[in-house]
Amino acid sequence: MGFEKFGRKSFTAITKVGEYVDKLESGQVFTTHCPKCNKTYFPPRMDCPGCLSGSLEWVKVPDTGKLVSFTNVKYAPTGFEGDLPYLLAVVDFDGFRMFGRLVSSMQGTDIKVGMTVKPVVVSYENGQIAHEFVAAE
Amino acid sequence: MPDKDVAVIGVGQSAFVRGYPGGIRELCFEAYREAMQDAGIPSKEIKALIVCCAPEYDKQRSPSSLIDEYLGLTPAPAFMVESLCSSSTTGFAIAYSFIKSGLYDVVCVLGFQKMSEITSQDVQERMGRGADVMWESPYGTSMPAYYAMYAQAHFANFGTKPDDLALVRVKASTYGQLNEKAVYRKKVTFEQVMESGLVSSPLKVMDCCANADGSSCVILASADRAKEFSKKPVWVMGVGQSNAPMNLASREHMRGLECARIAGEKAYAMAGVGPHDIDVAEVHDCFTIAEILAYEALGFAKPGEGPQLIRDKETYLEGKIPVNVDGGLLSKGHPIGATGGSQLRTIVMQLRGEAGAIQAPNAEIGLVHNIGGVGIYGNVIILGR
Repeated sequence: MGFEKFGRKSFTAITKVGEYVDKLESGQVFTTHCPKCNKTYFPPRMDCPGCLSGSLEWVKVPDTGKLVSFTNVKYAPTGFEGDLPYLLAVVDFDGFRMFGRLVSSMQGTDIKVGMTVKPVVVSYENGQIAHEFVAAE
Repeated sequence: MPDKDVAVIGVGQSAFVRGYPGGIRELCFEAYREAMQDAGIPSKEIKALIVCCAPEYDKQRSPSSLIDEYLGLTPAPAFMVESLCSSSTTGFAIAYSFIKSGLYDVVCVLGFQKMSEITSQDVQERMGRGADVMWESPYGTSMPAYYAMYAQAHFANFGTKPDDLALVRVKASTYGQLNEKAVYRKKVTFEQVMESGLVSSPLKVMDCCANADGSSCVILASADRAKEFSKKPVWVMGVGQSNAPMNLASREHMRGLECARIAGEKAYAMAGVGPHDIDVAEVHDCFTIAEILAYEALGFAKPGEGPQLIRDKETYLEGKIPVNVDGGLLSKGHPIGATGGSQLRTIVMQLRGEAGAIQAPNAEIGLVHNIGGVGIYGNVIILGR
């Protein structure tokens, strides 16, 4: 249990990487790394398809990454209407990429592909928690 | 010359509409009737039925069995295939291999979707879960949002502009007006596209195709049976398939759709042809940006140069490679499981010289590019007469 707290609305409760949410709750954004293959994965996972290992280690996501792309969502699927408008993004961390939202305070600012952003932990009013990204400058 | 092992001997499609006044079995019968009349064969000749659709749009579980019964095809075996929006070309690939292996000699591929059973917002919610449900959907994802990110990346990498996207919609409407089975048949001007509201920046309402109800049917046969039944068999030359990671974060770049590029390479290699040999193409333009990405993935344009193709009108009927001259998904609408079969139908009619007002000149080799999800599943089929 525990993963039902991830994101604005989770569709999953049980996973081997449920610790991700515990780390968010302590204010940290982590993902997993296979020491044998020297490969960092996002989404985090406990199974390495390279060496078939079943015990990957948690590593901290770097402080900054580059914005690969984004969109400002104006039409939401069922269950997300209250958040409109919101920004979705893909961020590159030199070796792996992450998907998530840009923080709502970036709405209306000059957002550009290639800009530097940093991962942050965001808690929602209903107790949910997620990583988002904020402009680094 | 194509290997003449497996042929398409019948194609059919229902009208694609906003709300079909009947159940899924009746919707499926519309395309089936047309394809069987086209093929001119009795139902006992169908040795297997492949039903192609995405689940969750209606209440029926395991629809292939019900449809097998309603079409009068039992005891022929039936099963369902799903690869999101590319389900019916995945079904086509399986039908091809069934026939090529000799297991069955005549196979029916039936694609359908009845999306009007649920609201548009609920459709987006289901489509948004056609992504990584653990790590992406919790942020409120939807198909327009994902393709919008590909558009934004294309803008940033190559200088593509909203104007270029609008030109794709204008072309679609030019031909959509002529397609009596299309859901959207009105003329669309450049200004109308540019003035339509944002759905997910930079995509506007008119950059997006509409949900629809519809069905499509393609009947394939072995060479011997095709020669027995058909005066104008259309031969399967190439079948290419590829998958990209489902989660956008797991993909290496966002400059284009790798699943489409790799599927195209495979289909070209199998067919022994290249992009310049294609006389007419149907590509998966669920959004305007998707058509531009398709030009580049299929080698009709170099990476980043797709917009120039539409600026120069090279993908109009008079251009060097007519694309989506049936109006595309943007005009026809996109009943998920039926779309690939509708694209195949258009190409088959083109290669038979039966496309009427939208006939491409001297069409000998045609291509279908059908994508499931946002660049998750890529299917490319090359047909020849």
